[in-house]
Amino acid sequence: MASRPPVKFFQVGSFAAGNRLLSEDDRTVQSGRDRSNALTKGHRACQGCGEALGARYVLDAAMRATQGRLVAANATGCLEVFSTPYPESSWRLPWLHSLFGNAPAVAAGMAAALRAKGRTDVRVIGQGGDGGTLDIGFACLSGMFERGDDVLYVCYDNEAYMNTGVQRSGATPPAARTATTKPVGEEPGSAFGQGKNAPLIAMAHEIPYVATATVADLHDLEAKVERAMSLHGARYLHVLVPCPLGWGARAADTIRLARLAQETGLFPVFEAEDGEVVAVSKIRRPVPVEEYLRLQRRFAHLFGDAPRTDVIERLQAIADRNIRRFGLVEEVAA
Amino acid sequence: MFEVRVHGRGGQGVVTAAELLSVAAFREGKYAQAFPTFGSERTGAPVTAFCRIADSAIRAREPIIEPDAVVVQDPTLLRQVDVFGGVGPDAYVLLNTTRSLDDLGLAQLAVRLRPDRLVAVPATELARTHLGRPLPNAALLGAFAALTGVVSLESVTEAIRRRFSGATGDGNVAAATAAFDEVRPDRAYAHA
Amino acid sequence: MRDQLEGSQGIARTVARCRPEVISAYPISPQTHIVEALSDMVRTGELAPCEFMLVESEFAAMSAAIGASAMGARAYTATASQGLLYMAEALFNASGLGLPIVMTLANRAIGAPINIWNDHSDAMSQRDSGWIQLYAESNQAAIDLHVQAFALAEELSLPVMVCVDGFVLTHAVEPLDVPEQTEVDAFLPPFEPRQVLDPDDPVTIGAMVGPEAFTEVRYLAHAKQMQALDLVPEIASRFTQAFGRSSGGLLRRYRTEGAETVFVALGSVLGTIEDVVDGLRESGERVGALGITCFRPFPLEEVREALAGARRVVVVERAFAVGIGGIVGQNVRLALEGLPPVVHDVVAGLGGRAVTRRSLESLLADVRAGRLEPGRLHFLDLDTGLVERELQRLQERRRSGPHAENILRDLGAVAARPY
Repeated sequence: MASRPPVKFFQVGSFAAGNRLLSEDDRTVQSGRDRSNALTKGHRACQGCGEALGARYVLDAAMRATQGRLVAANATGCLEVFSTPYPESSWRLPWLHSLFGNAPAVAAGMAAALRAKGRTDVRVIGQGGDGGTLDIGFACLSGMFERGDDVLYVCYDNEAYMNTGVQRSGATPPAARTATTKPVGEEPGSAFGQGKNAPLIAMAHEIPYVATATVADLHDLEAKVERAMSLHGARYLHVLVPCPLGWGARAADTIRLARLAQETGLFPVFEAEDGEVVAVSKIRRPVPVEEYLRLQRRFAHLFGDAPRTDVIERLQAIADRNIRRFGLVEEVAA
Repeated sequence: MFEVRVHGRGGQGVVTAAELLSVAAFREGKYAQAFPTFGSERTGAPVTAFCRIADSAIRAREPIIEPDAVVVQDPTLLRQVDVFGGVGPDAYVLLNTTRSLDDLGLAQLAVRLRPDRLVAVPATELARTHLGRPLPNAALLGAFAALTGVVSLESVTEAIRRRFSGATGDGNVAAATAAFDEVRPDRAYAHA
Repeated sequence: MRDQLEGSQGIARTVARCRPEVISAYPISPQTHIVEALSDMVRTGELAPCEFMLVESEFAAMSAAIGASAMGARAYTATASQGLLYMAEALFNASGLGLPIVMTLANRAIGAPINIWNDHSDAMSQRDSGWIQLYAESNQAAIDLHVQAFALAEELSLPVMVCVDGFVLTHAVEPLDVPEQTEVDAFLPPFEPRQVLDPDDPVTIGAMVGPEAFTEVRYLAHAKQMQALDLVPEIASRFTQAFGRSSGGLLRRYRTEGAETVFVALGSVLGTIEDVVDGLRESGERVGALGITCFRPFPLEEVREALAGARRVVVVERAFAVGIGGIVGQNVRLALEGLPPVVHDVVAGLGGRAVTRRSLESLLADVRAGRLEPGRLHFLDLDTGLVERELQRLQERRRSGPHAENILRDLGAVAARPY
């Protein structure tokens, strides 16, 4: 289980992570001047891109955990495209982009090479978006898990194929509008009853470590990366990264949306080891899903003149189920 | 060049038989090429294997259409596969059976061939006795050595031992030797 | 050491002696014996240090090899047919990235209809993938080509596939000279990558390239592969010096001096063709054979020079391009452009159909008698009656049934026959 800082932070209207209140040892990697900036400035991501944020958070934490002895395999997708506009690159670690569907296999090959060479000091990260991880890369991901390759695989989940123009993926939530799940016809947006729960699937492989996180809780995310890098074998980190363009949200709302996703219960934040949940991030006060949905134009069709309260209720039911299933709400003594 | 065709079913060691024959020939300083034709792995399916033996390097890569010798490991194939296709009047035919040629409906074949070159050997029974399993290939190799003299029994048994160790090796060697003795009781004439 | 070995075993032992550090392979007939043998050698420690990855698909196999090679490890895989297609995307990726992966391709037909037997349609389908393609005429050649392949790949920083006819070679047992470890070590130095992922010197590999530079990058890939036309013979001659036997090279001529007719082919069928040539030469015919060992890059000048003096050329190939015709034949015609020899293009041995001495002799008789139109693709041993009946069926009924079933029924292949 990831270690937590000794002080709990409550949102007081600013987005400060509260580092000034902590001793230096407990501060985030990001707050330090000597952070790696493994994904450095100059990349071409959209303003407010959750993935750029998430990748920087994850990789800098991983670089610190490995003292900079890290190599990365990256799937095709937004992250790969905006970070390497030829002839520039914003990666400051050894980085390989192969194909869309093979990042887990490429990473596994890298880990095998290091093992063959006896290089126990260098660690491997595989990373990709939800499409590259859950759909086209799924077989490779599962293979990596079942073999137990020594790779931390990170999925940056913005819930659709963003780089190609916002098409539905296996991670697109029900009712969401995408270019291939428009709000026309009987069922508005993406269908209910479809989609995959990647973290649960990872857990079913009983790998040493599975965790979910969002860009809203930096401490939590960094702690989980550190925990993951302290272990060996196949590890999986699933990070929710809002996409202003694809979600139809304000660039300034990225972190807020990530926090709301967690606080509604729609995106459970937890850790699991060897197939069993060992820790969850509790929701202090569950937020109704509507508050989260209203901020995104991909759900705009649920509101307006003919509101689809029935759909919103179904989404609320999903959130409630998650809360119940993962025990996300504090039990309050009567 | 001496060309051998082995017919049998998957699981009877047909491919191994051809391979061991080629190893035996190699041991005697000859050139040999063995290869199978078969479909996807399936026990009981008809399998054909080939072996060419020559004094110079073998380049041909085609099936054997006019065999100098045919070994039939499984007589139930007679109704299913044209095992005697291309067999000429001087060919050797070695059958794994306890039944008579008439019983098998092979009286016509007997007329086409030289009488001393058409031989039946109870290879499965010999294998059961010496090896404890109904795998007739080693026995048939011993019989082949006796019948044709193309390879010696010694080469055959050495090839067997190279492939099978311990009790399996012993059993196969015993079966091969027993079959050899059945076909050619006087081992002094082992070499053609 | 010389021993009577199955082709696959010979290849596996030789590959092991080339000291691969990562082997990632997915089983597919007829490659299985090769990867099984390598797996055993890794388990027993005979091949060490080496990681054998039990991957979940051929796509994963090539992807893992890409990752491993980019890390500076000598990477190897093997596949056939459908497996090659499944990794097609990764093939182009590997060559585009310039990773010196070596792969054994146990040539097998591509479906549909599914067919596990030998022909060259798999390799031919990927002839434009940017991989160097070498074809083995025999199992000894296969063994020798693998050693040379690693040297070639690493020198050029390009992946190389060694094509070995499935079943015909992979499952044939014959006398083979497997090089000793010391001999291979002397010939093949440790892998020194031209690009590598190294935390001490980070690089970005695999960036997007736009219209402003893509053409130049692709030109360089072409130019790099063309360098193999010089390097392949050079490595072959180094091999001869080191191992004492002639092997590899771009082409292999067999009795082409003064030949009026020359057969051209790739792979194991050359063995049978050489027997045919010897037989015909004995009866006074001026026939020869040209084996193309290096098909990609295609040695245009060398082929031109080898065939220029012939009156006619008969290309015998084990694949064809649906909708247009022969593949090797097309390349040979290009090489002979403007020169007198007439090129006949013959497709033979598809899906494992044997190419027999008899058929080849009969083919040559047809060619010499002018019964074969040079401009048209000719299918050797095609049963025209069967085909015509099937075409007739297609015309008469919309739901005429699957071709293969109808043909086999016509052939009586499913019914028992008396001996």
